[in-house]
Amino acid sequence: MPLDDHTPDQTPGEARQFKVVGTRPLRPDGIDKVTGRARFGADMSAPGMLIGRVLRSPHAHARIRSIDTSKAEALSGVKAVVTRADFGPGDDDVADILDNCMAGEKALYDGHAIAAVAATSAAIARKALKLIDVDYEILPHVTDVDAAMKPDAPVLHEGLSDETVPEGVSQNVVHRVEFGHGDVEAGFAKADKVLERTFKTAATHQGYIEPHACLATMGADGIADLWVCTQGHYMVRNTCAAILGIDQGKLRVTASEIGGGFGGKTTVFLEPVALALSRKANRPVKMTMTREEVLRATGPTSSTSIDVKIGMNKDGKITAASADLRYQGGAYPGSPADMGSMTAFAPYDLENVKTVGWDVVTNRPKAAAYRAPGAPMAAFAVESVVDELAKGFGLDPLDVRLKNAAREGTKSSYGPTFPAIGLEATLQAAKDHPHWKAPLGPNQGRGVACGFWFNFGGDTCVSLNITPDGTVTLTEGNPDIGGSRASMSMMAAEELGIPYDQVRTVIADTGALGQNEVTDGSRVTFAVGLATIKAARNAKKVLCERAAMVWGIDPDAVEWVDGCARPAGDNAGKFPPMSLKEIAAIASNTGGPVAGHFEVNAEGAGVSFATHMVDTEVDPDTGAVKVVRYTVFQDAGKAVHPAYVEGQFQGGAVQGIGWALNEEYIYGEDGRLQNPGFLDYRIPVASDLPMIDTVILEIPNPGHPYGVRGVGETSIVPPLAAIANSVSEAAGVRMTSLPMSPPKVLAAIQAG
Amino acid sequence: MVMVKIWGSLTSATDGQAEVEIEATTLKELLDGLSEKYPAIRPQLQRGVSVSIDGKIYNDSWFQPIREDSEVVLLRRIVGG
Amino acid sequence: MSQIHVTTKINGDTTEYLCDPEETLLDVLRDRLGLTGAKEGCGTGDCGACSVTVDGRLVCSCLMLGAEADGSEITTIEGMAEGEKLHPLQQKFLEHAALQCGICTPGILVAAKSLLEKNPSPTEEEARYWLAGNLCRCTGYDKIIRAVMDAAEEMRRAS
Repeated sequence: MPLDDHTPDQTPGEARQFKVVGTRPLRPDGIDKVTGRARFGADMSAPGMLIGRVLRSPHAHARIRSIDTSKAEALSGVKAVVTRADFGPGDDDVADILDNCMAGEKALYDGHAIAAVAATSAAIARKALKLIDVDYEILPHVTDVDAAMKPDAPVLHEGLSDETVPEGVSQNVVHRVEFGHGDVEAGFAKADKVLERTFKTAATHQGYIEPHACLATMGADGIADLWVCTQGHYMVRNTCAAILGIDQGKLRVTASEIGGGFGGKTTVFLEPVALALSRKANRPVKMTMTREEVLRATGPTSSTSIDVKIGMNKDGKITAASADLRYQGGAYPGSPADMGSMTAFAPYDLENVKTVGWDVVTNRPKAAAYRAPGAPMAAFAVESVVDELAKGFGLDPLDVRLKNAAREGTKSSYGPTFPAIGLEATLQAAKDHPHWKAPLGPNQGRGVACGFWFNFGGDTCVSLNITPDGTVTLTEGNPDIGGSRASMSMMAAEELGIPYDQVRTVIADTGALGQNEVTDGSRVTFAVGLATIKAARNAKKVLCERAAMVWGIDPDAVEWVDGCARPAGDNAGKFPPMSLKEIAAIASNTGGPVAGHFEVNAEGAGVSFATHMVDTEVDPDTGAVKVVRYTVFQDAGKAVHPAYVEGQFQGGAVQGIGWALNEEYIYGEDGRLQNPGFLDYRIPVASDLPMIDTVILEIPNPGHPYGVRGVGETSIVPPLAAIANSVSEAAGVRMTSLPMSPPKVLAAIQAG
Repeated sequence: MVMVKIWGSLTSATDGQAEVEIEATTLKELLDGLSEKYPAIRPQLQRGVSVSIDGKIYNDSWFQPIREDSEVVLLRRIVGG
Repeated sequence: MSQIHVTTKINGDTTEYLCDPEETLLDVLRDRLGLTGAKEGCGTGDCGACSVTVDGRLVCSCLMLGAEADGSEITTIEGMAEGEKLHPLQQKFLEHAALQCGICTPGILVAAKSLLEKNPSPTEEEARYWLAGNLCRCTGYDKIIRAVMDAAEEMRRAS
């Protein structure tokens, strides 16, 4: 039996009738969150705790000749000071993470952590930082991706370029990847028109409102406890254990409520440092980041430079497509250029396609994942060219996409053949929607774009336990960033046939379960949901066995219907059904407490497609862009809690709006970040936006019992392109650089 | 024997072939087989790969069965955010 | 440097505390008084997650010193519900799923309550502009605005 046989139970072609799944109950953590009771990363304290703060490099690139911490250590109230010397070598696979958390030989970006102190108050800690003397040898720096690739660029690391990198480029180019099939040159030769364009996007930040925060307690014996806001407390445990050289089981990590992550909290920054300080001071240490630290020194996205070339015939058929994607991932290897290369042309059925991705290092903070890492920028570039070609032939942009749309059986641009997918459904829904036909006013333009993301599964554990009074506790290991506790309770209630409010889902600390993959990859409703359903089915088996015992019949002759065990087959009707509560009440008499659990490396997640449609209005005198109307069309497979699915669509779209119109990392000539605050790093506010309309399509994922697909990430992939297409229409000039802030739009209008 | 598709830049490790034949009935046998037949592919395998089998993506499941007629595609390791 | 003694009223309760001269009201609420509902999102008055009211006026508590609160009446998110009875805004936020991670929720609720006290019938535009000082990264504001408008309607009906 294949490991991933989680095929849906319904007969093909017959939709299952759900009782709880698909409704909109209130979330279990709701009252805590609207009353201020919920405890986030910075809301915890411990007796005797110290406050930790980090000293950060003011230079974009510098050799650290020496660090003198003696004056800081002597300051009254300071209980510990750490530098890289306080950390061992750590495991190889966390070497970059360790270096990012605490610089070794070099400071590699403005804000890079150099040292840290723990003191009895924040004021003393800040004073102590000023007493640390660092002798820097300032080196030339580079922050632009194309500049960093040039052979004469300042080099960050010697010898990191791997076997894929060709001759003639800087050592800052660490990896090259290529995908595709067919013969693009032959394809271009056949086209009625070939269009080539270059696009640039600035780096952006996930922008979660909650800065990183943790509270660490570690003893000399290596036993430690950590409270932290994170997307994955098991990842924190394993990474910190590897960095500090302790057994994973010795470190117990508790995930607080998390105030946003979007990928930026899928790694560690403060946590190993807080643990090291705590061990040295032998007291709990609380560390939080300021907003400036978050922007300077956590994990923004890549800035990119992308060339796209597409050949199209006048009937709208694409004959060939290629892209060269250059992504800088900050000071260490690992930009998502490969993801960009794989997703760029995914919505298209192409005979000839080629994408090349370049991973480049620069003197910027180490990039972390941001919601569909690598995909939004690639979609921006590709969808802009498709749009321009379509309009050049006087064709409807949605029709062109439908004509070339990937469908079941299409060989994707990154290799695999697609199973059943929802792209055409989203395009057709977009075409049929009133938004598509609505009239536009002066200086207004409409844009559409498609987007794609993979989704994945990963390690998941769920333990479902039944209390003596017949209520259910569901223990899982994935921090809830979007309402997933409600969805798990719903799926458990659906399986057990009991009311939603009889199930309480809790996210347990790392001591309670073995291992759980991070809350990312749009995986939780898919993987944790699947494990929940299986755990519930295992519990039902036990419940039926207990009823069988009481009735004196074979357990195979008992079925579970509407929340009760009842005799089936020849024994049908012989005994009244036993409810879950009734069986729970006699659990001790029939063998012991009743539970079901399920551990799995969930595979078989389905891919997710979306089409976005947006109207914008451009002020020709100022270049300011107003978003007038926005509609999201996305395939969710099965919407367990429709309000939370809508929330993901809307949130992703708005992050995309910010990325397209305002957000950018601005580095000065000196390599320092010029706008590390929410005033000048401008994310969308309520007055910038209209309502975000949503249309949920449901093309079931064959790999999940209820057909669930991940939705969290795909919604950020189309907006950059849709808005660029819309603004280009409204302004009368093709925009090729993000963000499309007022000065840039105005300059483009005046030049064009 | 299973046919495995290799992405463009990785074909330098498989003597330029975009599709190679490996004796394997499970994912682990496939990766071990590739490693043995094409030693130049080992650095990439060590860095991590995802494998698409009949359109579904697998990350670490060693004993995921692969049929002779399965479509198998080697991919970069998929990460999310 | 000696600490400053402050007497104030918080959510209707007379409260005394000592604080350092440079401590913000936000620091005092969170670290000295255990009122962690107000959050620090930026420390520079740009995100609104620390919103409280001082003598009926909506302020960012990160931009005010703890010492300045002497003699004032402060309300925070902790004072919004009456015992177990949620304020209509709180209830509507739950019904409309107007929160995802919830970190901005206390600040937005305090700000929205302040809006409806001054303007019981805001238009959508007025609500959006009033709340422009409260950043939310998860929701895109759609369900938040719907919840605020719905609560406003319910409160008008009840009065």
